[in-house]
Amino acid sequence: METLVLLLLLFVISLFLGIELITKVPATLHTPLMSGSNAISGITIVGAILAAGNGDGNNQLVTILGFIALTLATINVVGGYLVTNRMLAMFKRKD
Amino acid sequence: MNESFLDLAYLVAAALFILGIKGLTRPRTAVRGNMLSASGMLLAVVVTLLDKNVLSYEWIIGGIALGGILGAILATRIQMTAIPQMVALLNGFGGGASLAVAVANYFQGGFNTETGIITLIAIGTTVLIGAVTLTGSMVAFGKLQEIISGQSIGFPGMKLVNAVLLATAIYAIVMVIINPTDASWVYVLIATASILGLFLVLPIGGADMPVVIALLNSYSGIAAASAGFIMGNTVLIVTGSLVGASGIILTRIMCVAMNRSLFNVLFGVMAEGGETIDADEVYEGKVKSTSPDEVAMMLETARRVVIIPGYGMAMAQAQHAVREMANAIEEMGANVEYAIHPVAGRMPGHMNVLLAEAEVPYDKLVEMDRINPTFDQTDIAIVIGANDVTNPMAREDKGSPIYGMPILNVDKAKTVIVVKRSLSPGFAGLPNPLFAMDNTLMLFGDGKQAVVEITQALKEAR
Repeated sequence: METLVLLLLLFVISLFLGIELITKVPATLHTPLMSGSNAISGITIVGAILAAGNGDGNNQLVTILGFIALTLATINVVGGYLVTNRMLAMFKRKD
Repeated sequence: MNESFLDLAYLVAAALFILGIKGLTRPRTAVRGNMLSASGMLLAVVVTLLDKNVLSYEWIIGGIALGGILGAILATRIQMTAIPQMVALLNGFGGGASLAVAVANYFQGGFNTETGIITLIAIGTTVLIGAVTLTGSMVAFGKLQEIISGQSIGFPGMKLVNAVLLATAIYAIVMVIINPTDASWVYVLIATASILGLFLVLPIGGADMPVVIALLNSYSGIAAASAGFIMGNTVLIVTGSLVGASGIILTRIMCVAMNRSLFNVLFGVMAEGGETIDADEVYEGKVKSTSPDEVAMMLETARRVVIIPGYGMAMAQAQHAVREMANAIEEMGANVEYAIHPVAGRMPGHMNVLLAEAEVPYDKLVEMDRINPTFDQTDIAIVIGANDVTNPMAREDKGSPIYGMPILNVDKAKTVIVVKRSLSPGFAGLPNPLFAMDNTLMLFGDGKQAVVEITQALKEAR
């Protein structure tokens, strides 16, 4: 129960931190912000790795679900960061 | 690997994500911010691979290779005009990944009575939000890609059906908690949540897509955070809630910019339009058209020109042509700026990305609140593919369905040029009195073609 309270605390504080941070992002960068946060929400990749690599030969279903999750999350991570980088490079001022 | 070392590494990764988003607060630091965020992700992945619970690697390598290749192809091939579709798709994949992780955790089983309830609640919540995000995003993608009609799709009593679906899903979560060994309730939950996702987005019209994408973005983050509660994984919780907050803020900005409540957007409610306005009455005998040569002649003597781009510019892929026209105008000695309405385009910031692609410096892209006071000192305002966001009825006509929506005060400029195919209405389905004003000239035709012809005329005049 104590762990749950700690995790909830972490959740709420991160929400507030997120709101503080994101309100400072200028409208010009809202599209890269969205694709960038797509990439960040690919953090589920961590959970997917744990599921796909559980190594329990008797539980193929878990492995397959983990594999699906891992594929989707990796598309998010790789696709999200690459396309964000592509966009942001265009915003760089030509000196 | 040592448990606390793992947690420390996750903490560092979370800090890198936060610094990454902080980098996005300025265009100059944004690329570095994205790199920091990506290195945080790499760190999180590497330490997870070293986790003692990871016993076999073949499926992991396969998944990362497949996802990596697909992601890289998607990111490098996608056209900038299609970014809204890509973001919608990625939102869906994020939700789908969290959904699959939750279901996998369910089938791994081994719930003891002590921590079991919390884990089961988290699994239920993640399945619900993940499935809604997955199917809802697929509908949003279909609408943006124009596979599905952009019109509101629905049937009488849809709200009631949605309420029943949600109640059933929550009941299924309760049943999963009470009796974790009976998998059938998990299937019921997945099915109802998936249908709910479809039904929630189908009634939402094309004009409201920026709100929907932002909201689904938020859901995908919250699904990841919720998945974090299943495994007690701190980095998932921190990161997921950051993304959740980001989506919520963007959703609010979009709603404010359209003067619509989130409730009305979500349930496809349009404001009641007092008396219907007859387009013929607004336009009859008052619309004047012009030619590219005439526009070029006026531009020669202008000192300040403002360009107002809208989704029509994206549709015509005219951003590069617009940039060239702006160059030609500047060579004539005028000052050119771009007025960006928050909901111009199909997602937050869409116009900015398109113009950045065409190498327009970002300091020339001016937000609504800053550019509006300058329109009465503007010689020529050129509207390209924008409609509802310039409609003066939103400011003046209390009976209008869009009354109260913040608009660009284009009509205050000395001369307004509207580049448009016809007098057809925008998403709101309303006539635009701007087109019939004394100081407005219509340049009928394809956006890109018209802009190219103006540019040619300007160059010949030199």
